[in-house]
Amino acid sequence: MTRTDIQPLEQPARRRLLQAGAAFALSVQFGGLIAKADAAEAGKKYGALSMPGGVVDNPLVFVSLARDGTVTIVAHRAEMGTGVRTSLPMVVADEMEADWSRVKIVQADANEARYGSQNVDGSRSMRHFLAPMRRVGASARQMLEAAAAAQWKVPVTEVQARHHEVIHTPSGRRLGYGDLAEAAMRQPVPAHDQLRLKQPDAFRYIGKGKIVPADSRDIAQGKATYGIDVRLPGMVYAVIARPPVYGGKLRKVDSAEALKVPGVLRVVELKGYDGPPLFNPVGGVAVVASNTWAAMQGRAALKLEWDDGANASYDSAAFRRALETAARQPGKALRNDGDAVAALAAGKGQRRVSAEYYVPHLAHASMETPVATARFVDGKCEIWAPSQAPQGALESVAKHVGLDPRDVTVHLTLLGGGFGRKSMADFISEAALVSKAMGGTPVKLQWTRDDDIRHDYYHTVSVERLESTLDASGKPQAWLHRSAAPTIGSTFKVGAQGKADFEAAMTAINIPYQIPSIRLESADVPAHTRIGWFRSVSNIPHAFAVQSFVAELAHQAGRDPRDYLLELIGPARRIDPATLSDKWNYSESPDVYPLDTGRMRRVIEEASRRAGWGRKLPKGHGLGIAMAYSFVTYVATVVEVAVDAKGQITIPRVDMAVDCGPQVNPERIRSQVEGGCVMGIGLAMLGEISFQEGRVQQSNFHDFEILRSQMAPRAIHTWLVGGDFDVPPGGVGEPPVPPVAPALCNAIFAATGQRIRSLPIRDQLAQA
Amino acid sequence: MTTLKINGQVHEVDLSPDTPLLWTLRDALGFTGTKFGCGMALCGACTVHVDGQAVRSCVTPISALGDKPVRTIESMDADRVGKAVQDAWVELGVAQCGYCQAGQIMTATALLKDNPKPTDAQIVAAMSGNLCRCGTYTRINAAVRLASSRLSGNKTGARA
Repeated sequence: MTRTDIQPLEQPARRRLLQAGAAFALSVQFGGLIAKADAAEAGKKYGALSMPGGVVDNPLVFVSLARDGTVTIVAHRAEMGTGVRTSLPMVVADEMEADWSRVKIVQADANEARYGSQNVDGSRSMRHFLAPMRRVGASARQMLEAAAAAQWKVPVTEVQARHHEVIHTPSGRRLGYGDLAEAAMRQPVPAHDQLRLKQPDAFRYIGKGKIVPADSRDIAQGKATYGIDVRLPGMVYAVIARPPVYGGKLRKVDSAEALKVPGVLRVVELKGYDGPPLFNPVGGVAVVASNTWAAMQGRAALKLEWDDGANASYDSAAFRRALETAARQPGKALRNDGDAVAALAAGKGQRRVSAEYYVPHLAHASMETPVATARFVDGKCEIWAPSQAPQGALESVAKHVGLDPRDVTVHLTLLGGGFGRKSMADFISEAALVSKAMGGTPVKLQWTRDDDIRHDYYHTVSVERLESTLDASGKPQAWLHRSAAPTIGSTFKVGAQGKADFEAAMTAINIPYQIPSIRLESADVPAHTRIGWFRSVSNIPHAFAVQSFVAELAHQAGRDPRDYLLELIGPARRIDPATLSDKWNYSESPDVYPLDTGRMRRVIEEASRRAGWGRKLPKGHGLGIAMAYSFVTYVATVVEVAVDAKGQITIPRVDMAVDCGPQVNPERIRSQVEGGCVMGIGLAMLGEISFQEGRVQQSNFHDFEILRSQMAPRAIHTWLVGGDFDVPPGGVGEPPVPPVAPALCNAIFAATGQRIRSLPIRDQLAQA
Repeated sequence: MTTLKINGQVHEVDLSPDTPLLWTLRDALGFTGTKFGCGMALCGACTVHVDGQAVRSCVTPISALGDKPVRTIESMDADRVGKAVQDAWVELGVAQCGYCQAGQIMTATALLKDNPKPTDAQIVAAMSGNLCRCGTYTRINAAVRLASSRLSGNKTGARA
């Protein structure tokens, strides 16, 4: 296909108009819910509209038709493993009645003004773009129908698009999409109130799970292009020696030996930045060479002296004690229903229960380390990168190399994993800075695994302290949760301490338990390293603590932990998150996305039923259950664990029940759930980043271990619950992670009577 | 100059003899299917076949290869076992991000060449040197079983 076969995508900006109508179009899909929300909070933006890039649903931006019938659909978000590069175009294809075998996917560059939000983080891609992509597809379908009706000179009501052709129903005449290509693209884009979306029972691809992910064959053949695979003519390779302590600065470098290494071309000093970490490079010394190995050898030959700066005393053992101290004192109350402190003080003669839970820093450790390629020529900078936040990367590069953002182009490759790390553009700006220093020579900036483990934006470190008191029947009368963890806010504001609203909203503040008094407190504790988003973020420590503690209370009450959890949740009801002091609710409208305890109950019931809750188990086996609501999706996990006489842990089976609302690509949902389960088991068993003298103590997969096949669950069963397209979509990428660690530790307790409150588990069960 | 035999073709490279095969393949020769993961033979992303054996190319200097033939992921669709493994990977939707999967496929192919009908325990043991941060292990095991079954003449294959 030649370039001229594709109809141009360019079209006068209809974007403002389309955005203005977006709320109405949503109301078509989600019944009266959104209208109610709009009435309640006029002006406040939720969901996709709350994102900086907003929503674009112009078919002329996303779809083009060729005379040979090829339908080209833009994937505006980059693929990091969730399947969005396939699933979002699949939604368009289904609504427009395109034949998937004739669809070609092209990857968008960074350009949020054109495409709307492109961030692949926060489990938002399908949640925010199912409805807009359906509108894109429906618009294209109606434009094809209008073009055919015009050609036949018949009323548009007599024609119907069906599987890549338009049929004139009375006469049976047909025109293929290729025949209609040019005329269709010249039709006016239908107004939102004219759009006819398909009924779910007419979906051909949505909800079927039959589509092979777009890049599967290329991946299996080694032909897919990740960030690391970009090659430009004349390209050179660079690695950077970075300050070993965050905030440190270069004092002195002797590069004489490095420059003697065959293949080394240049040594370039890079400055660090004062102020908050943001997505700034940390400075250091770049070694540029004719291949990656030579650059690495050159770096090893540098003689470096650093000023370690203010974080030089950061020590994880000492910091854990500081967190424990903070969590044992009153903090800032973020939620206070009833008077938990008084109830605990008054609970004489009752069973008082308290526990502290610890989760250390974690590194993302995506299999593809951070890597980016840049070419800075003639006042323009072109980037090729695996980015979860393309627009942010573009703006960050522009800032660091001193260009207008209009002079920066960011091309998106596949991401070899992201998990939150590749939302930060520090490594992309590094590539641009080195290319600039090299006078425009294209540079691939490669991070080694050591760089990745030692210079991450780490998952926070936390102590969660929970206290309760049980009445004679075993019912909790009070719930006091004191949380001490450095905040992600510290990455954006110097000295920020205490939980941000969005952190509190992650399985801490919004527990809907039927307890007379519930109080959440946040301690002010500082950050001594860069804190970032790690897949499911604060849900990890919060769900670990809350779901472990519920099981501990059940044990104290002498009750079955599943039944006890269901009783705490209480009857099915829809709760306005604001009544739980949750000010965030994953940026979704509380009316469209109330917290639904009925859905909580259903996933618990489904997971436990499928896992055979209560069945007789072999000696040394135990079942544990946990539930977490995150990213407006409901997940319950039952882990079966086997602990042998030596304390060795194996996991024969995990059952995961998931209610994410409509299931657009069930096969990819299952793969995300399986992956989230493995990541959850991995962080529970092995995950720990620790600091001494400000330095990260781990450097590669021998000391920062991630789960290997031999420790992975032998079977993971995913049970999809719900699926109604009248329910607004929930997230999928992150929600499987939070319930896994507590379910595992609850299973270990059932198997051994030993309660794990500190992660990772590692050899805590080992018997001498 | 070092002479290398890669995927049936002879290549000459002018690199320091301690250069690992991984960076030689990727940077000098453009075989980018073989991936960097750790540089210490800990993750298996860089797995290639040298003289038919699965080898971690990140710790294999080109000086150690002699005239031994190297096969990379780019040649596996022309290999009966490699193709069957690739097909099973696509059919079962193994890949998520996919970055580690070339290495997984190379390890699985070497396993099935050596042991056409591995037990589940043998599969797990053979594949445990290959890390996947997306956590695709249950599907990897199923895909190895499917490829094994197909190669043994079972047309439909054993589904996961």
